[in-house]
Amino acid sequence: MTIDLPTIWAFIIAFAVFAYVVMDGFDLGLGLLFPFFKSHHDRDVIMNSVAPVWDGNETWLVLGGGGLMAAFPLAYAVLMPALYTPVIAMLLGLIFRGVAFEFRWRARREGNFWDVAFAAGSLLAALAQGVALGAILQGVTVSGRAYGGGWWDWLTPFTILTGVALVVGYALLGATWLIMKTTGELRERAYALSWRLLFATLAGLVAVSLATPFLNVDYWHRWFTWPSLAYTAPVPILVALVTFLLLRSLDRRQDVRPFVLTLVLFAITYAGLGVSMYPFIVPQSITIWQAAAPAKSQQFMLVGVAILIPMIIAYTAFAYWVFRGKVDPQAGYH
Amino acid sequence: MFSAIDAVVLARAQFAFTMTFHIVFPAFSIGLASYLAVLEALWLWTGRAVFLDLFKYWLKIFAIAFGMGVVSGIVMSYQFGTNWSAFSDKTGPVIGPLMAYEVLTAFFLEAGFLGVMLFGMERVGRTLHFIATLMVAIGTLISAFWILSANSWMQTPAGYTINAEGQFYPADWLAVIFNPSFPYRLVHMVLAAYLTTALVVGATGAFHLLRDYANDRARVMFSMAMWMATLVAPIQIVAGDQHGLNTLEHQPVKIMAMEGHFQSHPDGAPLILFGWPNQSAGRVDYALEIPKAGSLVLKHSLDAPLKGLDSVPRENWPTVLLPFWGFRIMVGAGLLMLLLGVISLYHRWRGSLYESALLHWFAMLMGPMGFVAVIAGWFVTETGRQPFTVYGVLRTTESASPLATPAVASSLAAFAIVYFTVFAVGVFYILKLMVAPPHRGEEGPEAAIPARAAGITPMPAVAGDSR
Repeated sequence: MTIDLPTIWAFIIAFAVFAYVVMDGFDLGLGLLFPFFKSHHDRDVIMNSVAPVWDGNETWLVLGGGGLMAAFPLAYAVLMPALYTPVIAMLLGLIFRGVAFEFRWRARREGNFWDVAFAAGSLLAALAQGVALGAILQGVTVSGRAYGGGWWDWLTPFTILTGVALVVGYALLGATWLIMKTTGELRERAYALSWRLLFATLAGLVAVSLATPFLNVDYWHRWFTWPSLAYTAPVPILVALVTFLLLRSLDRRQDVRPFVLTLVLFAITYAGLGVSMYPFIVPQSITIWQAAAPAKSQQFMLVGVAILIPMIIAYTAFAYWVFRGKVDPQAGYH
Repeated sequence: MFSAIDAVVLARAQFAFTMTFHIVFPAFSIGLASYLAVLEALWLWTGRAVFLDLFKYWLKIFAIAFGMGVVSGIVMSYQFGTNWSAFSDKTGPVIGPLMAYEVLTAFFLEAGFLGVMLFGMERVGRTLHFIATLMVAIGTLISAFWILSANSWMQTPAGYTINAEGQFYPADWLAVIFNPSFPYRLVHMVLAAYLTTALVVGATGAFHLLRDYANDRARVMFSMAMWMATLVAPIQIVAGDQHGLNTLEHQPVKIMAMEGHFQSHPDGAPLILFGWPNQSAGRVDYALEIPKAGSLVLKHSLDAPLKGLDSVPRENWPTVLLPFWGFRIMVGAGLLMLLLGVISLYHRWRGSLYESALLHWFAMLMGPMGFVAVIAGWFVTETGRQPFTVYGVLRTTESASPLATPAVASSLAAFAIVYFTVFAVGVFYILKLMVAPPHRGEEGPEAAIPARAAGITPMPAVAGDSR
């Protein structure tokens, strides 16, 4: 692996997408968990735990998409039409859940329509993202400099599997976030849910891993032959280790650690995906070098990224710091 | 062949539809964010509670409008890829970085400080809170800078080369960013956003003054809004005129369409006030025109020659009807704003600013006029650029994604249903907040959230303040 501009940009885009996956992952996860918390008061607390930061979380999605168009325009131009339906579905889901943050406080008398919109929108967005991931992994038809397949090519048993797996994973992120941010009975429920969701997430992870070699893409070779085995072998070992630590932290009823370890679990899985794909940005068709914008474009943006990303991380951290700690559960009874 | 054309038409309809909805929210929130920063600054400076009350009043409305702007904006950023993938592949190296800079310098800034601005007053204190408000306001302006630079580059492309695959490559970034139409478009749009917000604030103030002319909070917002209309409307008309002259220089075909000049006029072109452009016949039917005035406006000389669309191949004509009428609606709205500014100045001078029911009715009816002007103006500039996405270089038909017509049709239908329901509800909530009179001890957005409100002590009253 040589460190050149396209490689650096592949890491930047990967970082943006990862930041999105874990940050919007836990707040989409909260939407997914809404049906498990029936009381209005619990839902207020859940919503409050993320209301000040959700907008920033979602901005990483715009950076991932916009950055892809800027740094790898060919990949953006091929993948977006290939993922047409899942992307549109995701956008519609994000609209419903995004406006619900403001609308549900304004709609007390109109029942809980916006609670339903928040949950259903989160589910649609999470499922669509998982499906899109699967659709990229299974490869897309490329003709010339454009997508060459049909608008339902993305729909296969594999993509449904990845969709469901991501939904479960996001729900686990949401549940462990609640452990960290809430108290009392709500927190107990979050512990109980975390146990079940952890096993479901692992089942999804194993199922996706077992299904991947059967795809019409050369992942098998990559994962199980030397020398790439040196990169891939640590992945399942680390997953097993983190799972053990996560189970122990739930068993010991720790506060922050379950969430942090879930983030680590996502990071390892994500690194595994990176090992599978690199150096392709559209599997088996387009490498990062083929898709790359000219050096003049990538350099121009790299200056901005080098200066601005650390600043963004700093003030994002500040926003999280301002709203740190538990959401006060008693506050609703005034 | 036919289905390919249909898919492009549908993709254009989808872009126009989602963009028309989207632009309403930023046009409002750019101005409102600045207004909120001014209100908070005035509160910190003077200590008068009236400014804090107005800040909180408009902050609740800002929260809803901003949320809708965010979600409808994410749609826009992905639509380049879904419906216009060939455009993205070809122009990505040039306008992609501009949009990436918009995300890095503006979106994160707004989103990062929005939470503190909405919910954080009691947690961070006044100074830090004001900084957060300022960051959000600055963020909206930086966002306008980059996205208008990208749009202007599509109108007046500069600083690029084209490679073997037909991709635009950047040659000179400063030339790309500060392309010829950008400074004019930026000034015109930011002023439009300020005017739009001023008209909404003014209409809200007028509505409450009609009910109770003694409401001092309504008085302050009405007075501030009318100052904006009085001062900015004339500046905007000058800025618009300059923008038009810039367009004449760089996009003459767009001006021909806006003016309805199908024929060339070697010795002075008329100014067509109204009429119905007849594209196929190549003339304006029922035209009401002033001879030679068109040359006077555009060239500052009665006999200056002006070329018409007959000097341009038909396949390069825009659909004249849209820029022609869009332009007239925009100009009409602008003149009404000028009139409102003048009338309000007269009443201010007479001391009847808060009592004149006629003025208040006029201001109320003018409430949505900024949106009308903004949407009409964008229709002028976007449809006037057709049939190109990058003016004169890349045709719209060469920009679209290779999509089946049903795919674009069903996504358009889905967006239409969702936008009409979701955003209609959002506008309803905003109107509901506007109908509530601004009052002493106004509550902020956090008050609507019971689980947080009780943990918060009310803002300490400013010493010696009774207003």
